[in-house]
Amino acid sequence: MSMVNLKINGIPVQAEAGSTILQAAEKANIRIPTLCYLKDVQCVGSCRMCLVEATGARGLVAACVYPVSEGMEVFTNTPKVRKSRKTTVELILSTHKKKCLSCVRSMNCELQKLALEYNADEDRFGTDYAAKPIDDLSESVVRDNSKCVMCTRCVAACEHQTVGVIGPKNRGYAKEIGSPYDMPLAHTSCVNCGQCIVACPVGALYEKSSVADVWGAIVDPAKQVVFFTAPSIKATLGEAFGFPVGSNVEGKMVAAIKQLGNVKCFNMDITADLTIMEEAHELIQRLMTGGTIPMFTSCCPGWVKFAEHYYPELLPNLSTCKSPQEMFSAVLKTYYCQKNGIAPENLYVVSVIPCTAKKFEIRREELGGYTDAAITTRELARMIKEAGVDFANIPEAEYDMPFGEASGAGVIFGATGGVMEAALRTASRLLGGEGHPIEFKEIRGTQGIKEAEYNVGGGKINVAVANGLGNARKVIEQIKSGEKNYAFVEIMACPGGCVNGGGQPYVRDEVRNSVDLKALRASALYKQDENSKYRCSHETPAVNVLYKEFLVKPLGQKAHALLHTTYHQRDKY
Amino acid sequence: MSQIAFEGTEEQAARLAACISEHRGEKGALMPVLHEAQDIYGYLPPEVQTVIAEGLNVPLAEVYGVATFYSRFTLMPKGKHQISVCLGTACYVKGSDKILEEVEKTLKISCGECTSDREFSIDSCRCVGACGLAPVMIVDGEVYGKLTEKDVKTILNKYAEN
Repeated sequence: MSMVNLKINGIPVQAEAGSTILQAAEKANIRIPTLCYLKDVQCVGSCRMCLVEATGARGLVAACVYPVSEGMEVFTNTPKVRKSRKTTVELILSTHKKKCLSCVRSMNCELQKLALEYNADEDRFGTDYAAKPIDDLSESVVRDNSKCVMCTRCVAACEHQTVGVIGPKNRGYAKEIGSPYDMPLAHTSCVNCGQCIVACPVGALYEKSSVADVWGAIVDPAKQVVFFTAPSIKATLGEAFGFPVGSNVEGKMVAAIKQLGNVKCFNMDITADLTIMEEAHELIQRLMTGGTIPMFTSCCPGWVKFAEHYYPELLPNLSTCKSPQEMFSAVLKTYYCQKNGIAPENLYVVSVIPCTAKKFEIRREELGGYTDAAITTRELARMIKEAGVDFANIPEAEYDMPFGEASGAGVIFGATGGVMEAALRTASRLLGGEGHPIEFKEIRGTQGIKEAEYNVGGGKINVAVANGLGNARKVIEQIKSGEKNYAFVEIMACPGGCVNGGGQPYVRDEVRNSVDLKALRASALYKQDENSKYRCSHETPAVNVLYKEFLVKPLGQKAHALLHTTYHQRDKY
Repeated sequence: MSQIAFEGTEEQAARLAACISEHRGEKGALMPVLHEAQDIYGYLPPEVQTVIAEGLNVPLAEVYGVATFYSRFTLMPKGKHQISVCLGTACYVKGSDKILEEVEKTLKISCGECTSDREFSIDSCRCVGACGLAPVMIVDGEVYGKLTEKDVKTILNKYAEN
């Protein structure tokens, strides 16, 4: 790679030829503000926040797209630059609904941060925003366009997912971001992944909150409230309380949930293990009996809805297993209620999930309505703050029994490749004894598509793992064209899997643009797996008790009725 | 907004399909296809945009975004009788905005729209070079000048009867 020499604010910097001023500045530890730029998502140079002076250029140039050249001198901190950035912020603020105090993004908003840094006057150009209707018909995503800054990061995120149900429309003052023909998002083929929410720099997009419902249930004397937390929550919740990215806060999380009121807190990693029991048996059955392969995982509700809209012909290939969330709720409303003499209608089940699509999932009729509320990591953090819990100093606590201890296989469900690895651990042992490896490192990591060939029970099988729906589409097209053959394919809608889900804590742009968020968060899960007493799902005691006392056997009649589901084709337009 | 039923013919659909397959796979195929689609149908109804999105493998949101960005594209058909009210400077100071309002009120549609029976559509224009006659309105190419609001109904009635 050839290098060029340039100076930024007088500091000599070497940068790769073809890289941008923004990238070169990062190497020299000089911060240039950005708004529409987001690493891995969008780089278009439209917001004009990153303007700098550069020799040889006619006016100010956008650092995020302007390439470096030999001998170039860049100035990021001149009166002209500062004035321009300040005016840009003030112009954006003139069409922004400045209801900041109660905004979901207050104190965590990129526009607020820029306004503060550039001492912007929010009233310099008055306030001229049209009060636009809030679209809250979706179960998952709420859009408030009166706060939109038109950065189009959400549009880029949706395009990466190859869903593309939102875009800029109209022109000039009438321009806004949304679905065609003023359709509410709920009427489009949106898969509810929520990647638009985590891409949004302001409060224009957020999840449909169930916090008020959950507080209501907690104080209702007729209700018994149980929480269960998805595998990835422990690896991300800390970020909302100032812990570094990649901190595992399981003990504090459980303790904090128990301080929300008279509630129990269970571990969803256990039904991740249960999912593997069913799914591994299903895979073996499909392979042995000439069933439909490749089999696709079905635990990601974003992927399931994507398949229903875009690849209905593949629905027979989807594992019939419900997701861990739905398996848990079904077990709680039947087995747990019976065992503890609770009327199912008095048990209020709250799942804490990294995901906005799970909010849609709990409303699917075919799943039986066992989950009462699904709240994201962000909503849980909000509740913990509202309850006045001192998260940093709270002593750690353990999950409630009987759903406390899970295997490391359940833990890694939260990262891309985790479900596949967990399934392979169990399937290989079910077929061929204990001589198989525990770790399947070829399918770990954050690259979009991973492939491997494994020896399972004496036969070789090819597997693929895709994260991000754009990558999923590539894998599917290769399978359909006959170019590739797999026995088993794992798909997670969100890039990096659940650790990077649409319900995970907001991360400041400056952090997100400089670290590998997906890998750091996933590392917390793999570390816990490594130190787990049990590494395979079929070893988890709670799972074995469940089969012994209630479910009888994997793929049995009872298991089939409670733990499996069906899919149906949905319109694309 | 008025609702207009889609009345595409098989022949039109075949022409659109041919145009899409000609441009499929090309970079920047959307613009020429939208142009031709508008030539075929006279406007770009949802049904046509959906066919284009599917045919070119482009998100419908993008098709709609482009169609609503350029003023050359219209999402509304033109009526059997096309009305154009001049909003140029001379007509405007002579009160042509009131004339336009009166036309909108009489036909119960907004400027840029078409009545649901496809009889009338309204547009505005900027100066037809007849400033001496301001305010001016054109119906099917015929110029009506020195208008007052009460003239509007009489003129429109003339066309409604035909």
